[in-house]
Amino acid sequence: MVKTKRIAGFLGLPYIFWAAAFIVIPLIMVVWYGLTDENGGFTFANVAAIANPAHSKALFMALLLSFIATIVCLLLAYPLCMFLVEAQKTSNSFLTMLLIVPMWMNFLLRTYAWQSILEKTGIINTFLTSIGLQPLRLINTNGAIILGMVYNFLPFMILPIYNALDDIDKNVINAARDLGASSRQTLTKVIFPLSLPGVISGITMVFIPALTTFVVSSLLGGGKILLIGNVIEQEFMVAYDWNLGSGLSLVLLIFIVINVIVSVLTERSEEDYAS
Amino acid sequence: MKIRYKGIKRVYIGLIFIFMYAPIALLIIQSFNKSKSRGRWGGFTFEWYGSLFTDASIIEAFTNTILLALLSSVISVILGTMACICISKMKKKARNIMMGITNIPMLNADIVTGVSFMLLFLTLRIQFGFGTILLAHITFNIPYVILSVMPSYRDLNPHIYEAALDLGASPVYAFIKTVLPEIMPAILSGGLMAFTMSIDDFIITHFTAGAGVHTLSTKIYSEVKLGIKPEMYALSAMIFITVLILLILVNRVQGSARKEDA
Amino acid sequence: MRRHVMKMTAAVLLPSLLLYGCGISKREERAELPDDESNRLIVYNWGEYIDPETIEMFKEETGYDVIYDVFETNEIMYPKVAADPSQYDVICPSDYMIAKMAGEGLLAELDMDDMPQAKKNIGEDYWKMSRDFDPENKYSVPYCWGTVGILYNSKLIDEELDSWESLWDPKYNDDILMQDSVRDLFMVALKKLGYSLNSTDIDELEEAKELLIQQKPLVQAYVVDEVRDKMIAGESAIGVIYSGEAEYTREENEDLVYSIPKEGTNVWIDSWVVTKDSRHKKAAKEWIDFMCRPDIALMNFEYIYYSTPNVGAMELMDEETRANEVLFPDLSKYSGLEAYKYLGKDTDRLYYNLWKEIKSA
Repeated sequence: MVKTKRIAGFLGLPYIFWAAAFIVIPLIMVVWYGLTDENGGFTFANVAAIANPAHSKALFMALLLSFIATIVCLLLAYPLCMFLVEAQKTSNSFLTMLLIVPMWMNFLLRTYAWQSILEKTGIINTFLTSIGLQPLRLINTNGAIILGMVYNFLPFMILPIYNALDDIDKNVINAARDLGASSRQTLTKVIFPLSLPGVISGITMVFIPALTTFVVSSLLGGGKILLIGNVIEQEFMVAYDWNLGSGLSLVLLIFIVINVIVSVLTERSEEDYAS
Repeated sequence: MKIRYKGIKRVYIGLIFIFMYAPIALLIIQSFNKSKSRGRWGGFTFEWYGSLFTDASIIEAFTNTILLALLSSVISVILGTMACICISKMKKKARNIMMGITNIPMLNADIVTGVSFMLLFLTLRIQFGFGTILLAHITFNIPYVILSVMPSYRDLNPHIYEAALDLGASPVYAFIKTVLPEIMPAILSGGLMAFTMSIDDFIITHFTAGAGVHTLSTKIYSEVKLGIKPEMYALSAMIFITVLILLILVNRVQGSARKEDA
Repeated sequence: MRRHVMKMTAAVLLPSLLLYGCGISKREERAELPDDESNRLIVYNWGEYIDPETIEMFKEETGYDVIYDVFETNEIMYPKVAADPSQYDVICPSDYMIAKMAGEGLLAELDMDDMPQAKKNIGEDYWKMSRDFDPENKYSVPYCWGTVGILYNSKLIDEELDSWESLWDPKYNDDILMQDSVRDLFMVALKKLGYSLNSTDIDELEEAKELLIQQKPLVQAYVVDEVRDKMIAGESAIGVIYSGEAEYTREENEDLVYSIPKEGTNVWIDSWVVTKDSRHKKAAKEWIDFMCRPDIALMNFEYIYYSTPNVGAMELMDEETRANEVLFPDLSKYSGLEAYKYLGKDTDRLYYNLWKEIKSA
């Protein structure tokens, strides 16, 4: 037995090395660069730079748009998952079809295709003008970016909610109905509270990619809307200021850590509930 | 009332479907468009499906993408499975630390992961290229493998393995005969997940790619600005349709197998 | 076990941190290394800026394995090269960027005697123009030159546009495309205000910034290469564009008209340079020389329509092409023409910060 344990320890070595070299050290580097200046001296300026109006506006914009996108995802996904769970014929394969198959079309292309739908001479506006209406300004707006976020991250919301709803014991729902609860009461007092962990997990999975994206905004924003992700990407790829880019990344890390804490706490309360 | 509710349900699911698939349909239609410009329909053609195979840069990006996905998922499956065996034998605190670290790439924002890799390779003077992308892909793939294999490995009955050892099997032989078959489904699903993640990644590749090395994602990103080549639509449509058909076939086979079981 | 883990982690962390401590400076002066054995050549050029056929011909004639990569703006190219200058062999930056890179020791000195075609075919005027940013003509060989101007769709706009002013005209709300690169964006505002496009005066730049923020609601998008397709498709009515694209777009859509605004604009040269850390300098020079061959320069000209400084190629063109005002403008007819100058690191940063303010406004 002792021998097996030792073998097991050796088997883990490559991964421990890997995790240290490619997960831990790179993060330490972001912290290091974020807290030093060009000459390697300690400074807090790169993190404090978030207060610069251009950066704080970009952060605010990212928070606002990703918040709205998360809410829209939730509002779209929840009824969908309820319908899917109710229609008990739905097999897992149907859900896979719905959610996983689109991932096999490159996500840049998928997002880019929205340009053809939204632009001035695009599908929607061509339709509007053909029936005699004024064309709308759709592309390169906040709305277009929210749409892009919802489109890309909706599956992250659907999956956990579906699992949570599917796990609810049907007898609990039937019991509520037998005890005289209306449909609405059953939904708000029984189903929704039971699915809450899935909802929160969905929210945390949508919010971070939406908050930190630079791709959606650059494909559907026409360069007119700067999100914090764009600022960071450009500090590295255009301005050649790794220190500032890292400093702003540290600000993003704060949000990511908050997000992790929220999801860990809900998982824990879920475990308590289970036990 | 009931019928109307059912109708609403159908319409709603249908609308979400349209929302998810309309852009994809558009891209597939575009691949048959004779006109190179996105906005105009210039007639139906199969031309791009032919010229695709003579476009060296697209073919190269495609092979890079597939090679990366294959290598990174195989390596991460091996490293990840080995790690599971080790981590599950650790004391609770060490295990929690390891699992915490393992979770980082999944919970972290892609842009921060990408940037951290870029800084690592820059400071260590590692030349950017296929190798750096591969390192990055393996790193963000391993967690998917570990999180898939870990529960299945911990559910194993350890006595079977020990019994095999007692009966004189070598540790490796005992592992292959008793443990591996049990955790194989988890390994496969973790590997498939890793493969998909690697294919779909853009952001991390964007920060770790070097001169002249492109995956389909980075190629598309640079083409978006210049106008996407119709061959790119053709290739993407082909990949998409292939996967769709494969999935339907797998479903059919599983479906009929289930029926026979019943 | 836990102690094991701790030890192992420490064993991994320590050396890496030490290594990290040594490598902290972004780049240090390194001696030039001799060419390596491979016959690879890595070229970094603007997108859609060459006839792909010429690359194939070069490969065939010389046997080099060419890796061809493209960038969108000078500003996107620079960090990639600066971070690892050995990554690319031949690059085609613009004037001011060449001055910046040469000043930072990123470029190799070229001996023009190694490149007989370049010496013979590039016109004297262009060597002279190059001296603005490469005083001794030792780092760069001109590839294309041109102006920046307004391209508009005469079907959608029923007046003649000859001023940057029209980019602030509320009539053209949502019909204006501006350039998505720092210098080209500021150039338009600075010229409209009557200032130099190389202004380093903080008040002038602030004024330009305010003007651009004020313009933002009218702008459909900030783009670089997409201007071309969007103008051809009639998606937008006015765009700021490089002169070479004008002729190309007109071939696709004959309603498009190019004009050089009366307030003046930027005249630029894009030139081939070789990086100092390149390990394929011989191949790099052969590439540059090949591109200067009159027949090759003509092929590229006919593909991309950017004005060529190659006198040998011009002699091969017909009279009509040579007389084309858009392709070969008589610069003496315009006032206020200027080339970009490299303004130093601090001013670069200032421009960039103001740009961010516009983009986030």
